[in-house]
Amino acid sequence: MKVALMVTCINDALYPETGRAVVALLRRLGVDVEFPAAQTCCAQPMVNTGYLDEAVPVVRTFVDAFAGYDAIVTPSGSCAGSARHQHSLVAKRSGDAALQSAVEEVSPRVYELSEFLVDVLGVTDVGAYYPHTVTYHPTCHSLRMLGVGERPLQLLRAVRGLTLLELPGADQCCGFGGTFAVKNADTSIAMGTDKVRSVCGTGAEVLTAGDNSCLTHIGGLMTRQRAGVRAVHLAEILASTGSEPWGERR
Amino acid sequence: MSGTFVGMPKFPVAARAALEDTQLRHNLAHATSTIRGKRARLVDEVNEVSSWEDLRLAGAGVKEAALLSLETQLLRLEETLTANGAIVHWARDAEEACRIVATVATSHQVDEVVKVKSMVTQEIGLNEALAAAGIAAWETDLAELIVQLGDDLPSHILVPAIHRNRAEVREIFLRAMKTVGRPAPEDLTDEPAVLAAAAREHLREKFLRARVGVSGANFAVAETGTLVVVESEGNGRMCLTLPEVLISVVGIEKVVSTWDDLDPLLRLLPRSSTGERMNPYTSTWSGVTPGDGPQEVHVVLLDNGRTRALADQVGRQALRCIRCSACLNVCPVYERTGGHAYGSVYPGPIGAILNPLLKGFGVDEQTDSLPYASSLCGACFEACPVRIDIPSVLVDQRAKVVDAHRDSRVPKVEQLAFKGAAVALSDARRLGFGERFTKVGLGVARRLGAAAWTSARDLPPAPAESFRAWWKRTDGGRDESTKESGR
Repeated sequence: MKVALMVTCINDALYPETGRAVVALLRRLGVDVEFPAAQTCCAQPMVNTGYLDEAVPVVRTFVDAFAGYDAIVTPSGSCAGSARHQHSLVAKRSGDAALQSAVEEVSPRVYELSEFLVDVLGVTDVGAYYPHTVTYHPTCHSLRMLGVGERPLQLLRAVRGLTLLELPGADQCCGFGGTFAVKNADTSIAMGTDKVRSVCGTGAEVLTAGDNSCLTHIGGLMTRQRAGVRAVHLAEILASTGSEPWGERR
Repeated sequence: MSGTFVGMPKFPVAARAALEDTQLRHNLAHATSTIRGKRARLVDEVNEVSSWEDLRLAGAGVKEAALLSLETQLLRLEETLTANGAIVHWARDAEEACRIVATVATSHQVDEVVKVKSMVTQEIGLNEALAAAGIAAWETDLAELIVQLGDDLPSHILVPAIHRNRAEVREIFLRAMKTVGRPAPEDLTDEPAVLAAAAREHLREKFLRARVGVSGANFAVAETGTLVVVESEGNGRMCLTLPEVLISVVGIEKVVSTWDDLDPLLRLLPRSSTGERMNPYTSTWSGVTPGDGPQEVHVVLLDNGRTRALADQVGRQALRCIRCSACLNVCPVYERTGGHAYGSVYPGPIGAILNPLLKGFGVDEQTDSLPYASSLCGACFEACPVRIDIPSVLVDQRAKVVDAHRDSRVPKVEQLAFKGAAVALSDARRLGFGERFTKVGLGVARRLGAAAWTSARDLPPAPAESFRAWWKRTDGGRDESTKESGR
């Protein structure tokens, strides 16, 4: 099986350790993951802000970069959702039949990390060790657009040393929402503040999720408030072992 | 009389003010979470014996079928209503509809009408139009009465006074009831039962006196020429049965084909709106029944942008809406801003898509701001009883807003930014080059342009190198000489 890592633009630029954690994790599970260097972004920022014409060349770059892979794995529910549910809209807008068929070919092969681990590799115990108290926020696109359901929790429950605490109101949006976070900053902050309150109420040391975009928002609120909880991507917890710890204090 | 939404600022500005209203935040968080819980329990209950999803599909199917044959259904409705003794009027827009209602009322020499709670009459500004014609329109739904007496605006489709608490309601009743009719008792307390009793006394006087009633309709059945009103208080039924003349304003999307089509809709609506298996009052009337109820029945079939919405291939599903307000109750944005921030009688997720559909794109800034008033979390689609995919419509509408401004002589900064991003993100080499300056970029963002972000949130620290640079430098971590442990 030819497997590509779709690292996403935000992880590439701001959270390279999340990308490296996916590589370490997949290699440990025997997957020889490749990084197609031509990849850039899934185009979601353009699509969700209304710039469909501007999204066309980005989607074209996406399908060119990932053509020929059996599975495309990404540590982002939101970007996976964008590829699976929005690329066809962009291709339709372009009026380019070749792009439409390329999208039809590539987008169903995109998997969010927990989907790939549980559904494709068939593992829930990835051999991780993470001796911390953790609460999990199911990001909206993972939850509702992809329907990843219990998968991330199954993975977390199998991590040795990890104490998982339930997050009250977990299915409530954190208020990130892409450009919503700046276009409607006040509402976004109000939503995020309530999310931080729930997170802090659990007594967890670490907040995890499958999307660094949402974690940038919640984590940014938490560090500003000196809340004493750190945001760590799910991939880093799953990559962590006794000899090679990930997601530790910075 | 109630105010109007005309001249409201765009959503982010209105939301900012609303977010500071701590009473509103508290009321909404309490009310919406209570109603969410009630609804969820009833959905579980349906799932125990059958399937909520099947019921949603049936409801969506009934409405969709009617919309796809709208012309046929409407002509049939006109025919059956007329055969039942009703007088059918067609109104292109709000102005025409208001004129028709005012003309009918005036022909009966009345100076007042009693009203059943109705969204459509608010949409067309009927009360203001009637006032201009010298006719007082009395709202008789308890919450609408609170809004009207408080010279206020509705903030929820189902519970228009959701932003008021009982102490405020008491104060409004004491101050305003006496100016328009029977005063509130002087010893009025803020006990809900006492407040309801005061409203009952105040309204009864109006019910018994009024000669003309005005309503909307939840559904209109083409097959039988029947209008349906679903309510909780019985005040609607008073207006529908006591007056000599009844005028119903009905949006053309309210039509369903057959009586049986009501089956899924009447099961979906109360569960999704008030969180009840069945609403207390369901009134149906088919034209005039000699010797029983209003002897002159008018039905005003209203377009007011609905055919424009029907022409929108993605957005037309919004016309399936049965005004249950489940999407408002689950929306994290609505829960915090309340309804006034949407600047329309239709607030919340459905309002965010319905207003642009009815009014058009690129027409005014306020309407154009509504499709962006969502984090696209998808809770609304999940809750919608007729499966309106609101997030997809929102995304489609954002493109329509952007497209409506593409030819502006001065392009928006945002447009230039996305054009620039499209160039950078369509070539990995350009992106890789740009990422060398992530640290500089974040530094600049912190100091300058990112105030909207950094007012309450830190930006993450810039990494030493991008993932792409790490992969290249270490051959994807396989080059042992560069090996390092994780972090």
